[in-house]
Amino acid sequence: MSVAEAPERQDASGRGAAWSGAAGGGELTIVEPLIFERSRATRRGVRFPTPSVTASERGAGQPELPASALRKQPPRLPEVTELDMLRHFNRLAHLNQAIDLNFYPLGSCTMKYNPKVNEWAARLPGLAESHPLDPEALSQGSLELMWLLAELLKEISGFPAISLQPAAGAHGELTGLLMARAFHAANGEGGQRTKVLVPDSAHGTNPATATMVGYQAVTIRSNDRGGIDLAALRAALGPDVAALMITNPSTLGIFEVQIDQVVAAVREAGAISYMDGANLNAILGRFRPGEAGFDVMHFNLHKTFSTPHGGGGPGAGPVGVGERLAPFLPKPLPVLAEGDATEVRRNAWVGRSTPGARFALDADRPQSIGKVRSCYGNFGMFVRAYTYIRSNGDSGLHGISDDAVLAANYLRMRLHDVYDLPYDRISKHEVVFSGRRQKREHGVSTLDIAKAILDHGIHPPTIYFPLIVEEALMVEPTETESLETLDHFVGVMREIAEQAATDPDAIRRAPIRTPVGRLDEAAAARRPDLRYPFGADNGADAPPGTPTPKAPTA
Amino acid sequence: MTYSPHTDSDRARMLEEIGVSSVEELFADIPAAVRAGAWDIPPPLAEQEVRAELVRLAGRNRIPDVSFLGAGAYRHLVPAVVSEVIGRPEFSTSYTPYQPEVSQGTLQSIYEFQSLICELTGMEVATASHYDGATATAEAALMACRLTRRHRVAVSAGVSPDYRRVLETYCSGPGVEVITVPIDLADGGSGTTDPATVAALLADDVACLVAAQPNFYGQVEPMRELADAAHGAGALFVAVVEPTSLAILEAPGEYGADLVAAEGQPLGIPVSFGGPYVGLMAARMASVRQMPGRLVGATRDVQGRRGYVLTLQAREQHIRREKAASNICTNQALMALAAAAYLTAVGPQGLREVAELGTTQARHLAAALEASGVAERRFSGPYFAEVAVRVPDAARRHATLAERGIVAGHLPGREEPALADTLLLATTELTTDADIERLVSALEETR
Repeated sequence: MSVAEAPERQDASGRGAAWSGAAGGGELTIVEPLIFERSRATRRGVRFPTPSVTASERGAGQPELPASALRKQPPRLPEVTELDMLRHFNRLAHLNQAIDLNFYPLGSCTMKYNPKVNEWAARLPGLAESHPLDPEALSQGSLELMWLLAELLKEISGFPAISLQPAAGAHGELTGLLMARAFHAANGEGGQRTKVLVPDSAHGTNPATATMVGYQAVTIRSNDRGGIDLAALRAALGPDVAALMITNPSTLGIFEVQIDQVVAAVREAGAISYMDGANLNAILGRFRPGEAGFDVMHFNLHKTFSTPHGGGGPGAGPVGVGERLAPFLPKPLPVLAEGDATEVRRNAWVGRSTPGARFALDADRPQSIGKVRSCYGNFGMFVRAYTYIRSNGDSGLHGISDDAVLAANYLRMRLHDVYDLPYDRISKHEVVFSGRRQKREHGVSTLDIAKAILDHGIHPPTIYFPLIVEEALMVEPTETESLETLDHFVGVMREIAEQAATDPDAIRRAPIRTPVGRLDEAAAARRPDLRYPFGADNGADAPPGTPTPKAPTA
Repeated sequence: MTYSPHTDSDRARMLEEIGVSSVEELFADIPAAVRAGAWDIPPPLAEQEVRAELVRLAGRNRIPDVSFLGAGAYRHLVPAVVSEVIGRPEFSTSYTPYQPEVSQGTLQSIYEFQSLICELTGMEVATASHYDGATATAEAALMACRLTRRHRVAVSAGVSPDYRRVLETYCSGPGVEVITVPIDLADGGSGTTDPATVAALLADDVACLVAAQPNFYGQVEPMRELADAAHGAGALFVAVVEPTSLAILEAPGEYGADLVAAEGQPLGIPVSFGGPYVGLMAARMASVRQMPGRLVGATRDVQGRRGYVLTLQAREQHIRREKAASNICTNQALMALAAAAYLTAVGPQGLREVAELGTTQARHLAAALEASGVAERRFSGPYFAEVAVRVPDAARRHATLAERGIVAGHLPGREEPALADTLLLATTELTTDADIERLVSALEETR
């Protein structure tokens, strides 16, 4: 193990503790080199069988791979043993904060407990080894699972049709706007509707998606209560508007109290209403977007339905749609080709297969926008989400939102005297504070506060988002954190607020107990180092004479 | 609820602190007109009950005894040590590394992943990952449009039909036209893209040519000549590659690819009915500022220690919003970790063995089929680890064999009518001699 003296002493609650015990009273921290630096020529990991006869004997008469197509220099992959490899990644794992280690109230991301039975299910060989192109007769279990998940998502969202295909929330947005585009084109309004309205509190993916689909994103300001400004919305709506994208509850953690009027105004203007379902965790069983008149919504299975975030994916972003967008859903769709839907559902709810039921993939959808991904989506996430929904059931799903909202409001009440609350209203899944008082009075920024939180072993809230809140601290506790954890977090936040007044320099120096201190992001962007340099001779670099396109300066 | 930590007294204390008498009051801001009606969700299940339900569904699948199915998703050995690594909760239950001081595990592993993909492809920069090979290909084509300021894309018919469908969907939004370059589908033809056809088809408004190595039918394409033809028209060359093949086939950076896209599934990821997989994308440094998706870079901390951060974020949606290079946010980090762990576990020698065993078994299979007289190769010319063969009455025999637990590959005739009565058969290091014998005799029996 490579070790170094920790810059600061770490106590038993710190992450260095797992490696403590070095002679002389110092603590051990992990300094793990790059795997390339551990490589030694001819060392080996996993081995494969040796063919009994040579390739040319076996393939007698078959054409040889031409020399011109063959690689001249083998790729310089690391040469290490399995144990070297395992230790390397295990040590890297120790450098991460994670839900399974501690509180992770990262706003907008719903970092709830990811139940382990979901992982067990996704690894069942009958599911994990199911090939997407296996004949349908061999894939009835996978197809039934997708069909059942879609049935459950319909109930949860109030939409009559679902596509599971999008691989992430932003991918669901892309799918939704492509369907809006196809809808307007089918109505002969494809040319005139060029704008997508997006509130100023929206995730960055919303305007970015609008651009990807060839639309112009137009920002709608929020009112002083943090809701959409209905007058501004009505003024912006017109025959040139293709869609409104709205996050509800909003990124301020607030339910849009005029949502019925918003949806009605959009429909009246002939536009499509898109709901970003990132914050669905707050409203399960309370509000169903399809029922309320939305045309389309994406789910984030990795948020609401607890599939692991994986350090940044895989997610899954199924979309639900109302009747008027249903013909445009991506294809293929898993369908019940033979059998009665009600009977199949009833049987599945008590763990029984339905004799005679047959599931299939329906690709005969002439108005479909086509495919947005290969195959059918992130199936492994469907298995986890299905397991989670079935585990929770009716009462559990209601309880998720009740407890998530309870926790966010509890934190709001426990902290609003020390951190400003620009929108002091009932919270849904999250609460957005502002660190502007700490900034103004003590010169301690929200970034400093986040770094100070790190020293308490807690992952900080989302910071500087939404953009309409100065020095934003967006806290989403989720329903799976105990009152003790919430109270501990309150204590930490109050202590930091106090220290901001008494010893602001200490906070500006934070973090001091993490594996590395603050990193120079400006230098990283100025001189990008994006790959292991392999010493001076970058043998794999572009051969001379290869035309290199000029990048427009951004 | 199932995973709730709250006792009744906890709830009472929280409600009291908030100053409400019930949770209902916290939902009073939902307009009455749009409150949810009843839903039909079944009651909760205990762990043993939910396990039984998932075992039921898994049991409704039949995993074939013998399978030659590939066509974009390949059954390879997933080393136990790779499953172990991605099962670590510090990797699986963290999120996008917005706070680098407590995310060095994820960040360093992505930096290593980027380095490994650069090494495999011979390119200068690789992204942190995309959803899958198809979306990586589509994003690469759109990136080529931004780089060249051109608005048409040419794609070889040798690229997977699934990828071409996704490419068409992605291009439909911004109004980019997709033109298809035919391949030689004649019986006994090359099954590949003709550089002369490319040169003739590519006008000066085409942003890129997309071609696959090996192509969807397993055939080895003349990539250098295709790159030259694309460059001759002022277009970029986008190579879609199969990553294990790069142990023995030329690296795209060496034959002039400007952009590389790939499906990373063969690198330690189960077929899992189509996902999650991982899209790979690589490019030249000169075009890095037009790349979509996350990038991790090395830097130093305040004490001069090496560390890693998300970098060049001015390309991305959370900073640039409507001016971003793509809307991609959450990608496939855990699957990228699987690929990095796989490439590390097998090393250069192991990857070479995987590629050689796959291509050796494909040649053995083709020779055995031809020797028995049940099938002959559909195309001439070299192929990698997947081979198209002509079999009379292919669809019926494919169905009959499936009933016996043998999946005789893919039926490309479903997407490409010229390839009716063709089986596309894939082999990997897991394909045994006994598997080949079983396929040959099953085809003999159904003659």
